[in-house]
Amino acid sequence: MITKRIIPCLDVRDGRVVKGVNFQGLRDVSSPVELAGAYSDAGADELVFYDITASAEGRRLFTDILTQAASRVFIPLTVGGGINTLDDFDRVLKCGADKVSVNSGAIRDPSLIGRAARRYGDQCVVISADVKRVNGVFTVFARGGRDNTGLEAVEWIRRCVGEGAGEVVLNSMDTDGVRGGFDLEMLRAVSEAVSVPVIASGGAGKIEDFVTLFKTLPRVDAGLAASVLHFGEVTVTDIKKALRDEGINVRL
Amino acid sequence: MVGIIDYGVGNLFSLRSSFACVGEACVVSGDPAVIRGADRLILPGVGAFADAAKKLRESGLFEVVLEEARAGKPLMGICLGMQLLFDRSFEYGEHRGLGLIPGQVVPIAEHIEPGLKIPHIGWNALTFVNPSGIYRGVAEGAHVYFVHSYHAAGCREYTTAVTEYGGTLTASVQRDNVIGCQFHPEKSGGVGLQILKNFANM
Repeated sequence: MITKRIIPCLDVRDGRVVKGVNFQGLRDVSSPVELAGAYSDAGADELVFYDITASAEGRRLFTDILTQAASRVFIPLTVGGGINTLDDFDRVLKCGADKVSVNSGAIRDPSLIGRAARRYGDQCVVISADVKRVNGVFTVFARGGRDNTGLEAVEWIRRCVGEGAGEVVLNSMDTDGVRGGFDLEMLRAVSEAVSVPVIASGGAGKIEDFVTLFKTLPRVDAGLAASVLHFGEVTVTDIKKALRDEGINVRL
Repeated sequence: MVGIIDYGVGNLFSLRSSFACVGEACVVSGDPAVIRGADRLILPGVGAFADAAKKLRESGLFEVVLEEARAGKPLMGICLGMQLLFDRSFEYGEHRGLGLIPGQVVPIAEHIEPGLKIPHIGWNALTFVNPSGIYRGVAEGAHVYFVHSYHAAGCREYTTAVTEYGGTLTASVQRDNVIGCQFHPEKSGGVGLQILKNFANM
């Protein structure tokens, strides 16, 4: 049976991984290429590279890094950040990405999803949504969580899947960075509404959070994590062993 | 020299990198002369069957692949490239494939419990059925990475591994020198690299 996936997420700015990183056994913990290799060796099922650069120079550095990582790491790679056009898809796919995650770019132009899915296949297009409760309504935010779009999240994600998005990354802004566990209520609403894989993001702070996620919501397919892994407090293997001990199928 | 057949379908970056990683020379080409000159061939592919089959024909490589495989050259089809090895596919109509392995490509929905997500996407375990050299050094139960909504059926005799997803799906096939992997060895970590290395040493 298919395994639940654990996916480290690397935020990259000006060629370096940002957010605190404290990975044992690495010479340069903020080198995205080294960190990607270490996560792959530690059993990560996929990797997400998120480009949070604003400058053209930083963007060029990002694609260089992606190329190097993709030459050394043989697990699926998803790239997000600054994806607004089909040319952006083309740019990162040529550098070795397998999937491309769209967020603000799809909000600005929802036809981007359908056009990308027709050219590269549904499996290549990931809709990533930053969602926060506003007056009790799950609401989609754009531009890294700065702009309230007024879009209701479940409706928006359902529409994106209808357009051809093959996977959903749901990032709860309400639990993100708090490290008090995933947003189970929000994840339940979205995972019950769509038939494509849903990846939980935002809130992982300890191993038990992953166990709770998959036990409570068997329809969620994967857990994304950044700081909990980068700080080196827990490893991908620790998480997977805990999941296996609870009878959840993982790749170990 | 491994020849990776470039007929305008799919992302060949990882395949090329994988062979580089295991120390095997490879060339990515759509030139029939280059493909004929390679010792062994990889037929990649993502997307829809009909579109890929059409592109393979239009590139003039359909006949080249057939002739080289019939002459005994090792050929590995990956994902949609595997599906193209069969007689026909029922993805959006009925379409003819290379016919190198008897069988047909059908929706996985016909063989799995209702309610499961389609495509079958993620890491799943291999169960070996018939022996194949590509699994030398690979343990039963090893996980590999799948992304597909269709799979090969009616090819039991040639099935080398299956995977369970609310039903049994064909993971790989082999008929003499012709091999097919439904999963992506180039995305399956160390296990996948071992499989590609084994193929390169066939």
